Amino acid sequence: MSDVAERVKKIVVEHLGVEEDKVVESANFIEDLNADSLDTVELVMAFEEEFGTEIPDDAAEKIQTVQDAIDFIKKSTEGA
Amino acid sequence: MRRVVVTGMGIVSPLGVGVAHNWGRLTEGQSGITGIESFDVSDLPAKIAGQVPEGGGEDGGFSPDEWVSPKDQKKIDRFILLAIAAAEEAIREAGWAPTDEEALNRTGVMIGSGIGGLTTIDGASQVLHDRGPRRLSPFFIPSALINLASGHVSIRHGFRGPNHAPVTACSTGAHAIGDAARLIMFDDADVMVAGGAEAAIGRLGVAGFAAARALSTGYNDRPTEASRPWDRGRDGFVMGEGAGIVVLEELEHAKRRGAPIYAEVVGYGLSGDAHHITAPAADGNGGFRSMQAALKRAKLNPSDVDYVNAHGTSTPLGDEIEHGAVKRLFGDAAGSIAMSSTKSAIGHLLGAAGSVESIYSILAMKHGVVPPTLNLDDPSEGVSGINLVPKTAQEKKIRAALSNSFGFGGTNASLVFKQLDG
Repeated sequence: MSDVAERVKKIVVEHLGVEEDKVVESANFIEDLNADSLDTVELVMAFEEEFGTEIPDDAAEKIQTVQDAIDFIKKSTEGA
Repeated sequence: MRRVVVTGMGIVSPLGVGVAHNWGRLTEGQSGITGIESFDVSDLPAKIAGQVPEGGGEDGGFSPDEWVSPKDQKKIDRFILLAIAAAEEAIREAGWAPTDEEALNRTGVMIGSGIGGLTTIDGASQVLHDRGPRRLSPFFIPSALINLASGHVSIRHGFRGPNHAPVTACSTGAHAIGDAARLIMFDDADVMVAGGAEAAIGRLGVAGFAAARALSTGYNDRPTEASRPWDRGRDGFVMGEGAGIVVLEELEHAKRRGAPIYAEVVGYGLSGDAHHITAPAADGNGGFRSMQAALKRAKLNPSDVDYVNAHGTSTPLGDEIEHGAVKRLFGDAAGSIAMSSTKSAIGHLLGAAGSVESIYSILAMKHGVVPPTLNLDDPSEGVSGINLVPKTAQEKKIRAALSNSFGFGGTNASLVFKQLDG
């Protein structure tokens, strides 16, 4: 399942235009990676696309770090 | 009334990036009109356009990455991208990079567009239709909104004065310069970054103007010959894209900091046709009155003007009507002016036309060279009595220049520029 982490990080690098080594698990999208609120909306859309899952708005609000995204995606794709 | 001068100019056009590059190619009689290859035109009646050439650096071509990071490019429609690039040049040339709060608060932005993010809207509409609302980008609306060109330029440079965006079809660029100059005259700002930007060359834009029967369709195999104002063979305008941005500045403010002064904005006139949504009134009284108002404001007689940059779109109706209005207004002086349409080289830049052509007018005055009307082989009957500068640039001392812009809906604007104390 480390594959999920790699794919999440790749999307973050591409969409936020940040250096790969800055995208660590603990990185907060807004505070550490210079994203704004619209960037995070787009990021969540990219996760949905990549993993074929749907992330409801209330869950999306709680995804603030790279680790949050990895955890949510792992959980939501486990049953699939 | 406070006086307003132009202290910086920037252009991205079908003749390339940069004022110097544009002026060189324009006066050499080169055309920026080419066949469209970036999307399918097989079922469109018009297959050519004035397109900003790709490239970068010294060749005068345009490379988006030089101006905006790839990450941010997807947040803006192309018209905003072109506006940002042209504004960078204008602001750099003006040497205006204030850091103190008061100066930033006294610097505003007024960049308009005729159509705005049409291609972005087209794409988003297809996403909505094919994949549903959840797949729409959060950047869709802000990337398409017309005033976001002003928004982005203000954010990049920290200019916190008046932030505005006119939308008057093909008069937009001229209205932006005229209205921004008035904000300075009325002491709402000391410096304004003003102009127009357009990038509507896409399937929807071309198909739309073609549906209105506005475009040239008979020269798809000879793109450089398609825009031919006043010529008998003209059959409609050629769509163009680009941006023209100027830095306007209160005269004393410009003098105090030793800014380059290219011209004074001495006249600005506006009028409405109240006639038809797309066709000009046959008697040309709308254009006549906007020119007349601009000259009155400038306190100039027609005989003080040496160059007219015509709206001259290469449409069957409009060119002759404008020609007639100029002849009537200038009277005896018509025989001594030069009038050309630079749309013959770049096509019709719609909302950017008025500002790009204002810059060309100022350059003509600065260099004492009138840019040519390309493809003017055989003027229409009734088109006589004015030097239309056919095919080749001409040397001419220009004391004052007048630039015309007329838009759908019957909206007209004329600007008069004068050499400072000339």
